Amino acid sequence: MTDTHSIQLIDSELIGGTEDEPRLIGSQCERCGTVTFPRQRSCPRCTSEDVHPHELATRGALWTWTIQCFAPKAPPYLEGGAREFEPYGVGYIELPGEVRVEARLTESDPGRLRIGMPMELTLIPVPGASDKRTFAFRPVEDQ
Amino acid sequence: MSDDVAIVGLGIHPFGRHDGVSGLEMGAIAARRALANAGIAWNDVDFAAGGSDAAGNADTSVSMLGLTGVPFINVKNGCATGGSALTTAHAMLASGAAEVALVVGFDKHPRGAFNPLPEEWGIGSWYGETGLMLTTQFFAMKIQRYMAEHGISESTLAKVAAKAFANGARNPDAWRRTPLSEQEILSSRMVNNPLTQYMFCSPGEGAVALVLARGPRIKELAREPVYLRSVAFRTRRFGSFEVFAPSIPIESAPSATTEAAAAAFEEAGIGPGDVDVAQIQDTESGAEVMHLAETGLCEHGEQESLIQSGATELDGRLPVNTDGGCLACGEPIGASGLRQVHEIALQLRGEAGDRQVPKECRVGFTQVYGAPGVSACTVLTV
Repeated sequence: MTDTHSIQLIDSELIGGTEDEPRLIGSQCERCGTVTFPRQRSCPRCTSEDVHPHELATRGALWTWTIQCFAPKAPPYLEGGAREFEPYGVGYIELPGEVRVEARLTESDPGRLRIGMPMELTLIPVPGASDKRTFAFRPVEDQ
Repeated sequence: MSDDVAIVGLGIHPFGRHDGVSGLEMGAIAARRALANAGIAWNDVDFAAGGSDAAGNADTSVSMLGLTGVPFINVKNGCATGGSALTTAHAMLASGAAEVALVVGFDKHPRGAFNPLPEEWGIGSWYGETGLMLTTQFFAMKIQRYMAEHGISESTLAKVAAKAFANGARNPDAWRRTPLSEQEILSSRMVNNPLTQYMFCSPGEGAVALVLARGPRIKELAREPVYLRSVAFRTRRFGSFEVFAPSIPIESAPSATTEAAAAAFEEAGIGPGDVDVAQIQDTESGAEVMHLAETGLCEHGEQESLIQSGATELDGRLPVNTDGGCLACGEPIGASGLRQVHEIALQLRGEAGDRQVPKECRVGFTQVYGAPGVSACTVLTV
């Protein structure tokens, strides 16, 4: 198992854990329990500054989704990402009791995506910078 | 009443593409037209506010309009730029700090989707590099969820766009003036599921200006003043689902639009059921559907029957986006909010030409929405 320090991450503030078992890092408010992602220094709900880093759950349910069918402009996308563009899925994944996280999906076939389906966290190469990793969610394979 | 505020002059520069004309020049042209429409000169104006998102500082237009020393506040508030300018002018007039005010909104955007930088919206560069910094994704994901929860069909999304282009065809100031069928809209290129190419507006160019007055100046300047009964502007609450959000809370809250609309109706002492004609932010078809219920103009889920029955068309019970909205006029960010108010004023004055709503209109309503969760609403009457 390689920890995520040995691979380049798009932003080390966002992603922790290991390459095989990555974790998203958010924050949780000590006062009201609110979970945010990415981490922030104060709570958007109760305004407390007493917040600490919090590793998010890695599994959840697809809350909504779309397919990005045209290449985003660079910037803010990378030039290489725009050049090698293929349509990709995007969604919000509801992590039970925590928060809904926006992410790329590894699935881009609209026929294979449905609201409520189980999803899990994974890492994918950054489009246009294959030596770096960003986070995504993939459908949980049937056991 | 002495604290009444009314619109007494209307000016518009056509929307679309205007090579060789700057956004600022379009703003100045719209301002001159609004002044002429009110029958006054620039030096009669004692307060001005305005802005653009990407076409420069509104106050520099004084070099074209005349250097009169007028206080001129620049506004840069995303899609709520026009609404914020109007909020400011309304407060100045209602308080008696000014007698005659001008508001102006204009913009000029390059072709293709907007490409805002995450750093300017308080998000890390990872968000853009990962491919999440797109307003189109947000609207698609919001309507995708909404359709599943409230039984809205793809046909209804297409009908919203077909209505917009039909109305745009009757509006000489619109950009897209060719009617499209529901089938043509449904079978156009997919952009962000479930929204196709013709269900989205395009960034464009254009300008709108309004002259407003208070108290006794209203009757001096206008035969038929359009009273600005209220203007309300809100930002997002914790729990609302808004654009450019790397995460959203599970606990839900009303949108900025819901709160701005409720405040506007309350301040005006007029209910959503009294509205005769409305302009609703329609950056894409789904936005019009969702905003209709968020503003209180109908119940959640009622849009399906409302739109399928033709109630929101020009001759329907509640005509919506009579000038073609953002879908047919395009989206010059700084201008769109005031375009809505301009259109309602034309409809209430009975001067909307080929697109005049046939029934009598006495109450109008407008709503704009933009990143990162702002909304401005107005109630207008004659």
